[in-house]
Amino acid sequence: MRRIISILMENEPGALSRVIGLFSQRGYNIESLSVAPTEDSTLSRLTLTTFGNDLKIEQITKHLNKLIEVVKLVDLTEGAHIERELMLIKVKATGAQRAEVKRSVDIFRGQIVDVTSTVYTVQLTGASDKLDAFIGAIGETQVLEVVRSGVSGISRGEKVLSL
Amino acid sequence: MEMLSGAEMVVRALQDEGVEYIFGYPGGSVLHIYDALFQQDTVNHILVRHEQAATHAADGYARATGKPGVVMVTSGPGATNAITGLATAFMDSIPMIVLSGQVRSDWIGDDAFQETDMIGVSRPVVKHSFMVRDAKDIPEIMKKAFYIATTGRPGPVLIDIPKDQTAPNVKNPYEYPKKVKMRSYAPVSRGHSGQIRKAVEELMKAKRPVIYAGGGVIQGEGSELLTKLAHRLNFPVTNTLMGLGCFPGTDPQNVGMLGMHGTYEANMTMHSSDVILAVGARLDDRVTNNVKKFCPGAKIIHIDIDPATISKNIMAHIPIVGPVHQVLEEMLSALDEHGGEPDQKALERWWEEIEGWRKVHGMRYETNENGPMKPQQVVEALYKATGGDAYVTSDVGQHQMFAAQYYKYDKPRRWINSGGLGTMGFGLPAAMGVQFAFPDATVACVTGEGSIQMNIQELSTCLQYGLPVKIININNQALGMVRQWQDMQYGGRHSQSYMESLPDFVALAEAYGHVGMKVTKFEDLEGAMNEAFALKDRLVFMDIYVDPTEHVYPMQIADGSMRDMWLSKTERT
Repeated sequence: MRRIISILMENEPGALSRVIGLFSQRGYNIESLSVAPTEDSTLSRLTLTTFGNDLKIEQITKHLNKLIEVVKLVDLTEGAHIERELMLIKVKATGAQRAEVKRSVDIFRGQIVDVTSTVYTVQLTGASDKLDAFIGAIGETQVLEVVRSGVSGISRGEKVLSL
Repeated sequence: MEMLSGAEMVVRALQDEGVEYIFGYPGGSVLHIYDALFQQDTVNHILVRHEQAATHAADGYARATGKPGVVMVTSGPGATNAITGLATAFMDSIPMIVLSGQVRSDWIGDDAFQETDMIGVSRPVVKHSFMVRDAKDIPEIMKKAFYIATTGRPGPVLIDIPKDQTAPNVKNPYEYPKKVKMRSYAPVSRGHSGQIRKAVEELMKAKRPVIYAGGGVIQGEGSELLTKLAHRLNFPVTNTLMGLGCFPGTDPQNVGMLGMHGTYEANMTMHSSDVILAVGARLDDRVTNNVKKFCPGAKIIHIDIDPATISKNIMAHIPIVGPVHQVLEEMLSALDEHGGEPDQKALERWWEEIEGWRKVHGMRYETNENGPMKPQQVVEALYKATGGDAYVTSDVGQHQMFAAQYYKYDKPRRWINSGGLGTMGFGLPAAMGVQFAFPDATVACVTGEGSIQMNIQELSTCLQYGLPVKIININNQALGMVRQWQDMQYGGRHSQSYMESLPDFVALAEAYGHVGMKVTKFEDLEGAMNEAFALKDRLVFMDIYVDPTEHVYPMQIADGSMRDMWLSKTERT
C-alpha cells in the first residue's frame, strides 16, 4: 500500500542523508521525496512516499523516529489528508495538436506558463494520480520533458504536525 | 570564563566526562589534540598498533565496565580503519565515542591528503555523528555525544574534527554543559504499567514458560533483578550469546545458551514453551532459525528499550518498551500486588520434561584416548584453571562457540565477544581494554590461529603497557567454522579454509617479548594452564593444538524450527 510519511526534522547538514541512508540500508524504497525548511528556520519538513504493508511501515517509522535529527513524524495516509504534487511538463503543440493540448490543460485545470510556436509548457498541481492521468490524456509521444516536485501533504482538520 | 583552543577543549571535555583511557593512534590531523593530551595526565592515552584495535580495546573496556570507550584516530586511513570497530560496537549496542581527525575545513571536498568523508562512510554503523564546524561548539558536541552514546539503546557516536578547529592559537570560552537538552532525542524512561501488569497475568497463567535473556539485560544493568525474578517464579532461563552471565551459568534453572549452537535443552524448552519472556534480546536469525516455524505455541512478552527491535522479526503479543532495569523492578512489584503464584503442578511437569532433555542430550562431546585433544577440553581446562572467575574475551568461530558453551559465566560483563557483527580480530584488543579497566583481574583471550592473526600486532601494545593477558590459541590449523560448514553443506570441499604456513606462535610471542607455550597433548594441558595463569605479570601465549576435524554441536538445521538440530556428526533430532 502506498504511504505518505511526513517528517519534521532538524534543519542541519547531514540530516537528509541519514533519512535517505536509512531507506537504502534497510532495503526500503522511496518513491518520491520533497524537503524544504518550514516557517521555523531550524526545522525542515520532509515528505516521502513509499510502499509497504502495515508491518513494514511500522518498522520504517520506528527506525525514522530513532534518527537523532528526526523530531516528529506522521503517516498521513493513516487519516484524512490532502496531497499535492506540482508538475511542469513540456508538450509538443503544433497544428491540430495545439488546440487539443490546450483543451486538455483546461479540463485538468492546469496553466500554460510558457509558449513557443511548437511547444507548450504546462503547470499542473494535484494528487499524483491526476498528474499521471494528464500525461495519459496528452499521450506519451507528445511529451518532451516532465519535472515533478514529489508529493507534499498535510492532514485535514485540526490535526497538525508541529512542535 | 576560561579561554581554550579546540584541542584543549576536546581534552578538557574528556576530563570532565571522567574518561580514564583513550585508545588511539596519532596522525596529521589530530596532532593539535595529541599535543594537548601530552600536557596533562588525567586522561591516559593508549597507543595501539592499528586503529581497528583501538576501537576493539575501547569496546572491551566498555563491555567490562559499562562506561563508554573512547577512541582517537586521524583522518583518512586512520578513520576508515576504525569502521569495523564502530560496526562491531553498533551491532552489540556498546557505548563508544570515536574522535576522528579531518582535514582543514577549507580543504574538505578537495580530495586533500588523507581526506575521507568519515561522516558519510560511518553513517550506517553509528548511533549518531557530529562534524565540528566551529570550535565554540566542541563542549556542547562532546556532551551530547557522551549522552547519546550512553543513554537509551547505547551505541557508538563519532565526532569528526577538522584540523583548523583544534588550532592552538584560536581560543574560545570553555564551559562544559551540565545538562543536555535535545528536542529530537528523548530515550524512554519507563515501561507502560498496563502492559507490565498484562505480562504478569500471562506469566501467572503459563504452564510451560521460559525466560529468554539477552545482552540488553547486561547493558541495562538488569542482571540482579532478572535473577531475582527467575528465582521467584522458578522458570527456566536461557541466554543468548550476548546475554551469557546475566543469569548465573551454574544455576540449575539455567538451561544454557539457545539458538544456532544452543544447548538441546534450551532449544527444546523454547520450542515447546507456551509463554516466552524475552528480555533485552532481539530474536535475531541466529536464535529463531526459520521465523515461520518459531515456537508455534508461544505467547511472546518482549521487553526492550528499542521499539524498533520489538516485532521486527517475530510479532510480540505483549510489547513493553522501556529500560530493562525499571521494567523488571516494576514487574517484581506487580507480581507482589498480583499476589498469585504460577501453576506449580504445571511447572513441576515442565521441569521434569526439561530435565529429561538435559539427561538425554545435554552438552557432551567424544574424547579419544590417544588421538588429538578436543577444543572443548581446552575450554574446560581454562574454566578449571581460572576458577570460573576470569574475564573471557573471544574472537569469532568455533572457539567462540566452545567458549560460550563450556565456560560457565556466573556474572555479567565477564564474557566479552563480538556477537552481532562476528568480528575476527576482536579478542586480543578487547582483552587489552578489559585489562586496563581491571589491572588485577584474570583476563583470558580465547582465540584461534585464524582470528589471532587479524590483530596479532597488538602483542606489541601489550608489551608496552605490561598487560598480562593470557591468550588461549585453540589451534586446529584451519578456519574451523568455515570448514564445519564446508563439511556439512559443501561435500567436504575445504575451499580456502586451511591456514597453511602457520607461524611458530611460541617464537612469535617470544619475539614480541612475551612467554610462549605449545601444548599438543591433553595430559600436559592442565599443568600448562596452571603454569600460565601463575605468571601473574606476564602475557602468555598458549598455542594449543586440537583435533582439526571437530565440529560445534548442537547445530540448528537451516530453515528448520528451533528444535531441528544436529546433535553430533551422525545424530539429529
